[in-house]
Formats: sequence, structure tokens, C-alpha cells
Amino acid sequence: MRNYEVTFIVDPVLSGDEIKSTAQTYVDHLKQVGAEVVHVDEMGLRQLAYPIAKRTSGVYYCIEFASETGELIPQMELAFRRDERIMRFLTVSLDKFGVKYNEDKRNGLIGKKNREKQEAAQEAAQAAAKADAKAAAAQEEE
Amino acid sequence: MANNRDDIKFLSNPKIGKKQKKYCRFKKYGIKHIDYKDPEFLKSFVNEQGKILPRRLTGNSLKYQRKVAVAVKRARHLAMLPYVTDLLK
Repeated sequence: MRNYEVTFIVDPVLSGDEIKSTAQTYVDHLKQVGAEVVHVDEMGLRQLAYPIAKRTSGVYYCIEFASETGELIPQMELAFRRDERIMRFLTVSLDKFGVKYNEDKRNGLIGKKNREKQEAAQEAAQAAAKADAKAAAAQEEE
Repeated sequence: MANNRDDIKFLSNPKIGKKQKKYCRFKKYGIKHIDYKDPEFLKSFVNEQGKILPRRLTGNSLKYQRKVAVAVKRARHLAMLPYVTDLLK
């Protein structure tokens, strides 16, 4: 199974419903062709670093999907190119590290706050282990 | 050796100025994948004009410097990072 990720920018001047339906059309298209959609990330309205087609902001979507072959990619890209509501798109094939990274990100394991949480959890576990060891030693002495 | 002579005295510690050993942060922390969708992270590898910093400044190994460069270029394509600017940081 090959894993891919496509990030695209939708024109922000459309109404919210149209934007959602645009993204939904591509999700449905992928399902139709037989790809397994893993995750749809709506990154929301963002400022662009430079104007594209005279617009300074856009709605970002990222769809992660898996497919047996790569034959559906050119058809999907053609659909993106034809659609006037899509300003930019980028298709990336993910290697195993990319897939793992995305999974961890969805499960909330990536980020500075999470490192602190994980360290706190580890310290709590170590403290609990020490307390258990002390209790066991105290019981043995008795 | 010259360093052990008693008559050579320095006003300050001769060891001052020795640089901290630079290391590849990806190898050290075991980070295997660089996300192009994360512009805040990528900004640390780019200067105020938006140009990618050389390896000798960031300390990256060759493998990860290339991955960083690819990620920055993808982010530029998606308008998450600028190609050229003056006020990035």
C-alpha cells in the first residue's frame, strides 16, 4: 500500500459551504477510485506568504490516503488543475517515517507540551516504582 | 610543552573562544521525518530573508540538510514560507 498526502488551497472568497463541498468532492472522488482515505485535515484559513492569483489568504486542506497503485494520482491532479476553486495543490508520497509521524501527530504525541507531559508521566511512573520497591523492602524486613 | 611553562601567563583563560561542538539535532533526538506543513519549525533553518541556511551554520548532517531543503521548498510552493522577503524574523 502506498501512502500519499495531498495538500491543497481553496479560494477563500467562496462561501463556507462551497469550500467544504469542494473538499468533500475530492474526498469522494478518492473513495470512488478505490483509495482508502486515512485522514482529512482542515487546516483552515491562513495568510499566504505571498499573493497567489491576487489573493492573500486561503483555506488549506490536507488529505492523507493510501492506495495499491499510483495510477489514480494523475487523474486526481488533473481534476485539481481543472477546478477553478483550487489555487495550489501538492501531492507527496509518504515513506514509513512520514506515515508514523502523521499517526503520532493525530494521537497528540508530537509537540513541546507533550514532551513535558511524557516526562511528567515517566517521572510519576518512576516514583510509583520506587514507592513499590520501598513497600516491598519494608515488608521483607518485617 | 609550551603550555606547561610557568613564565607564560595569560590575562584570561586561553580556553575561551573554543566553540561548542555542533551536532545534528535530527540524529541526536531521533527525528526521522520533517513536516513541510510546519512553517514555525522550518523557520529555524531559514534566515531573515527567507534563504535556507548552510549546513555549517545549522550543524545538520548532509542527509537531514537535504530533507530540510526539500521541506522548505515544498512549504514555499504552498505559500507557507516566502521565497524572498525582508522581515521574516
